[in-house]
Amino acid sequence: MEKKLSIISHKKAKSLVEKTAAMIFRGCAIISVLAVVTITGYMIISGTPAIFKEGITGILFSTTWAPTAAHPQYGIAYVILTSIVGVFLAICIGVPIGLFTAINLAEIAPARLRKILKSAIELLAGIPSVVYGLLGILIVNPMMYKLELMIYHGSKTHQFTGGANLLSAIIVLAIMILPTLINISETALKAVPDDYRKSSLALGASKMQTIFKVVVPSAKSGIMSAIVLGVGRAIGEAMAILLVAGNAVSLPLPFNSVRFLTTAIVSEMGYASGTHRQVLFTIGLVLFIFIMVINLVLTYVLKRGDLDE
Amino acid sequence: MKKKVLSVLMVFMMCLGLAGCGGGSNSTSDDISGKVSLNGSTSMEKFVNALSEGIKEKYPNLQLEAQFTGSGAGLEAVASKTTDIGDSSRALTDEEKAKGLEENIVAIDGIATITNKSNKVTNLTKDQLAKIYTGQITNWKDLGGQDEAIVVIGREAGSGTRGAFEELLGIEDQCQYAQELNETGAVLAKVAKTSGSIGYVSLDVLDDTVSPLQLDGVEPSEKTVKDGSYALQRPFVMATNGKISEQSKQVQAVFDFINSDDGQKIIKKVGLVTPNK
Repeated sequence: MEKKLSIISHKKAKSLVEKTAAMIFRGCAIISVLAVVTITGYMIISGTPAIFKEGITGILFSTTWAPTAAHPQYGIAYVILTSIVGVFLAICIGVPIGLFTAINLAEIAPARLRKILKSAIELLAGIPSVVYGLLGILIVNPMMYKLELMIYHGSKTHQFTGGANLLSAIIVLAIMILPTLINISETALKAVPDDYRKSSLALGASKMQTIFKVVVPSAKSGIMSAIVLGVGRAIGEAMAILLVAGNAVSLPLPFNSVRFLTTAIVSEMGYASGTHRQVLFTIGLVLFIFIMVINLVLTYVLKRGDLDE
Repeated sequence: MKKKVLSVLMVFMMCLGLAGCGGGSNSTSDDISGKVSLNGSTSMEKFVNALSEGIKEKYPNLQLEAQFTGSGAGLEAVASKTTDIGDSSRALTDEEKAKGLEENIVAIDGIATITNKSNKVTNLTKDQLAKIYTGQITNWKDLGGQDEAIVVIGREAGSGTRGAFEELLGIEDQCQYAQELNETGAVLAKVAKTSGSIGYVSLDVLDDTVSPLQLDGVEPSEKTVKDGSYALQRPFVMATNGKISEQSKQVQAVFDFINSDDGQKIIKKVGLVTPNK
């Protein structure tokens, strides 16, 4: 197959190809916008009927979850509270570990150690969430049960959960968000110009002083976005915590069996019907609003970071 | 070059088209066609749906139209002849039978209570079981076992097993669960792993990773469910207005199917016990 190499000879065909390609790309771009619009619309349409039926206080601020009772009650206050407390504590555990790992990777570790660490973290990111849950059942829950038996030994009022409690969920979540935290903070730390480090060292600062007084502050906005993305991942996680958290609706105390927003949907969707089902969609809407707020915060953080520089 | 691609594409498309046709044309033809309406128990939803799927293979033209409004409503509907079959997850009352309803027990739902293998307690009374699940008894030593806290494991709201369990013990909406799991298998696994735990599962999934608890001295098994001595059970009734033989041939076909080997397989598949004939 011979072809003449000429720009002019296939001009028509070429412009057609160009136009079609442009159209295809535009079409693909529209798909994702369309998806977001559809999801938003659908969440609002299917999430609001229950609010009108039960009243916003009956759902958001009531603490009794008894969807199949003779007089059903759909209070998800404890569920919302659990999601907030659980994710916040997971972030409190995950951020220091993740940030220090990122600093180690970007600033301190020698090339060989870096390589091992990097591949370990990539592997951690690739493990499916249900596997985290299984490991939680096998390792975290029995440990928590032992702890529970020690702390509440002889207690008459505490309901024993067999280790499936808020603490287990927090530990599993903290580990799950590590890859997100580490990868993004590392990229942010690496983006700090080398001149900063050299100037700091030349002024007589030690390596640690340079890291904490110069490098980390300059990478602040990147680290912030890592944290916000970590929150997003943690709040949206369902499968792993479904297996370890116990799923009874109660006040989020460390040794209580708790239910998160995500697990509230997953665990009862199978057989729910009528208003019960609609309320599950409302929980989805609440979760959706949470994620939206987190994304808005993220864009705000990133924008402010741009202005700083 | 282009032509080649085109022809390959054409052939591919034709294959697809043929494959599409192939699916529709095979059938185990049968002359019974039409619709049978069912109405009743929400607990029987899983069973009825499996049934209406399974029946399509034998009677492709027979359609089951099922609604799930509750046992009482279903029986009322069949009594007033607005539906062909009334599903009920309880035995019929004498009053209902007096209206001419026929109690056709198609399956039995049995629930076993299980505990961890390390547990020394092997027998509970119905009353003790109810007290455990409502949080009045929290330690195995009160039941003659070792000094160990009871971890109360159950299913999620809306689950048929949970509904039946709470209903049979008369403790609807009073249960205090430490863990609510959304699958039978998960309950089994958690009880097997957690010492001091108690849980309930459908009878058919019992295995030797856990120890089943006797209820009032009766071992849960297919046999004790069938002879009625095991208390945690309820019948699944498909009531008809008058005897089955008086029904339309479509309705008779449904019962024929249930009594056939395929039908009995479906009953076992959804975790129920086939009743004695």
